[in-house]
Amino acid sequence: MANFYTEHPELRFHLNHPLMRHIVNLKERQFAEKDCCDTAPQNFEDAMDSYDKVLELTGEICSEIIGPNAEDVDHDGPSLVDGHVKYAPGTAENLDALIKAGLMGITLPRKYNGLNFPIVPYIMCADMVSAVDAGFTNIWGLQDCAETIHEFASEDQKERFLTRVCAGETMAMDLTEPDAGSDLQAVMLKATYNEADGYWYLNGVKRFITNGDGDIALVLARSEDGTKDGRGLSMFIYDKRDGGVTVRRIENKMGIKGSPTCELVFRNAKAELCGDRKLGLIKYVMSLMNGARLGIAAQSVGVSQAAYNEALAYAKDRKQFGKAIIEFPAVFQMLGLMKAKLDASRTMLYETARFVDIYKTWGQIAEERKLEPAEREEMKRYQRLADACTPVAKGLSSEFCNQNAYDSLQIHGGSGFMKDYPIERIYRDARITSIYEGTTQLQVVAAIRHVTTGTYLNMMRQYEQDPTSPELTGLRETLKGLADTYEASAADVMEHKNNDYVDFQARRLVEMAGYILMSHLLVSDASRDVMFRVSAEVFTQFTVGEVAKHANIIAGGKPDEMTKYTKCMMAKV
Amino acid sequence: MSLNILVLAKQVPDTRNVGKDAMTAEGTVNRAALPAIFNPEDLNALEQALRLKDKHPGSTVTVLTMGPFRAAEVIREALYRGADKGYVLSDRAFAGSDTLATSYALSCAIRNLPQLDVIVCGRQAIDGDTAQVGPQVAEKLGMAQITYAEEILSVEKGRIRVKRRIEKGIEVLEGKLPMLVTVNGSAPACRPRNARLLMKYKYARIPNELQAANEDYISLNNSREFLHIGEWNVNDIVCEPAELGLSGSPTKVKKVENVVFQAKESKTLTDNDTEIEALIQELISNHTIG
Repeated sequence: MANFYTEHPELRFHLNHPLMRHIVNLKERQFAEKDCCDTAPQNFEDAMDSYDKVLELTGEICSEIIGPNAEDVDHDGPSLVDGHVKYAPGTAENLDALIKAGLMGITLPRKYNGLNFPIVPYIMCADMVSAVDAGFTNIWGLQDCAETIHEFASEDQKERFLTRVCAGETMAMDLTEPDAGSDLQAVMLKATYNEADGYWYLNGVKRFITNGDGDIALVLARSEDGTKDGRGLSMFIYDKRDGGVTVRRIENKMGIKGSPTCELVFRNAKAELCGDRKLGLIKYVMSLMNGARLGIAAQSVGVSQAAYNEALAYAKDRKQFGKAIIEFPAVFQMLGLMKAKLDASRTMLYETARFVDIYKTWGQIAEERKLEPAEREEMKRYQRLADACTPVAKGLSSEFCNQNAYDSLQIHGGSGFMKDYPIERIYRDARITSIYEGTTQLQVVAAIRHVTTGTYLNMMRQYEQDPTSPELTGLRETLKGLADTYEASAADVMEHKNNDYVDFQARRLVEMAGYILMSHLLVSDASRDVMFRVSAEVFTQFTVGEVAKHANIIAGGKPDEMTKYTKCMMAKV
Repeated sequence: MSLNILVLAKQVPDTRNVGKDAMTAEGTVNRAALPAIFNPEDLNALEQALRLKDKHPGSTVTVLTMGPFRAAEVIREALYRGADKGYVLSDRAFAGSDTLATSYALSCAIRNLPQLDVIVCGRQAIDGDTAQVGPQVAEKLGMAQITYAEEILSVEKGRIRVKRRIEKGIEVLEGKLPMLVTVNGSAPACRPRNARLLMKYKYARIPNELQAANEDYISLNNSREFLHIGEWNVNDIVCEPAELGLSGSPTKVKKVENVVFQAKESKTLTDNDTEIEALIQELISNHTIG
């Protein structure tokens, strides 16, 4: 039987990272549940074996059910019936298989019937599901909204909603409105408190809501009458069983067509407050978005893998001028770089997931007991690393995903432009990854402060000390030199003390930092497993070129530069 | 009403992806070259059993397999999908069994179990393709049978209704419990393994496997009753030894012939339409194509 997990040994490699021992120990609280719960691991090895086995069963479902359904799902799409969403038949079958396999509520605690897995194996499931059907990932992957309930809702709400998520009910996060996209402070959906029954009632419209007809939704709404900014917004939980929300339309999208993107109308929809009033945007959406961004990073990596796989298979098969096209330098050069970008984005994805795992788990432990100063310090350190890496993982991986989809289609030539090959769908699916959950431009906004405060530079200096196998020390040395270049470029930009200018050069600086960090991670991976040796070499070479390019432009630049662009933009011939 | 359901399952070599080394020079199956899998139609049968359990809470699904010790893997696969209990019937005395001896041994083992309401098994195994064992077990137990089932529609008031695939369509049969049902490959596929059940049962072992295991999970296995897979040998069943294994098997393989594809004659065609047309006509008339 085909199995996506066993066919891609890179996944098992990333699962078995040395830091996992610490993560598992934290997540399992030193295996406190081993004698009282049938599914709890006995020790580290037992836990890792369980993750591996569950990933293997997920890989089988991906290859045997979800992948084969992808083309029909893309074609059929969801439909609107009496104000509600009806999934495409393939989507319903996929969801049924994953529910029966118990793959809902993967990261939630056992007391709510979750699997209590760390984020790393969960993200790995998302990576695989995305590779076989990117659109379906959204429906299944919205289970990570449950993390927000887990983190901020009351115990009673957790009992009621988390157990339902674990039993297979789907979720949605209702944030965007027609006039509130990237700028969520402008959210207008009105929440009114009813003294009589103690519930809130929601009225208004939400737009572009993925899986908008999901069973349980987190809704951002204006609870403070008369306010205009983010401080008047609160987070609510809407239960579809209570009714009050109808789907007005399902968007007709370019890609991820199996995933229903809905316009929702709230008519006195009963809802309950999640967490504290006024913290909806400032605290809860930020947490929600960080989780969602990691999910999109996983989706990007999965789609990248799919694009690469299709290109490789086609290039081996397609013969022109008497030989397979993979033998031509123009083609194998593209394929080599595609694989290097894929490996680079995947290693960044799992590094970020590990950071998130550590700080989130400390956060959960802090709910149970007071943390020791050293523990609190560790939590903060990993939170900073996670905050720094998430926009890089999401921003740069989604760009690589688009580049790989583009190159894969290019390798297919005219056939790729036809509807006959999967790459046509993969190409369309890839496009959204660099847009939703914050465009690449907004990821750069989130990342730039880690350039200016030196987080990325400190990380580079740290990675320079990582164990390196002798044949790779040359690459490490090269990367040390690149860090110097990056440091100089960053200083150069900041020297002008002009915030607009920092924003103007931000994309270049964040790319420099991101590529250098990814190269370091690949060198570390290659030091542990020779499978990554060539990716490390090819990607470092790519990084050398990109860093030099950006450094050159920055070196010759100053704030005046910006007016050239504004003039050029408006220039009429 | 809760039901007592038994599934008969077999571990078989995966003959669906046969390579060139699938047969030994002697013409027997080269088991080493083929992965051992859960017989596909037995998985369809397991799904029917699990659906009955879903509809009738409190029901038990027990799985019985006959084979070498490693056939315990089939029991674990069934536990991961929702079965409650399993037994492996294993003894050298069963070696060389044909369908008659197999069904005899199985029927003797089934008498060890509490009164059953329904026995489900796959129509046939992909290694032998006989479709005889299910019906023979029913005969030996004096139980009614419905073969080639596609769906067990209902079990109510001591009666079972089954949708059955026949040559020119489908028919629905009803009969009294207990009933043995053999299930077709066209029935719904079995549900996937479940992550929680997988973690719960991954250390389920028969005693024989435990001897080779490491200390860690022997104690775990000892302390958790649900991790015990039953293991029966010839002494655990009431039977007539002469009816077991080779001596109980009237089917004898007289000769095995290796089929070797070899072109006996060759024809060379030029690329003109008349010759190709003539070849097509010839192939149609001798039923090679069409």
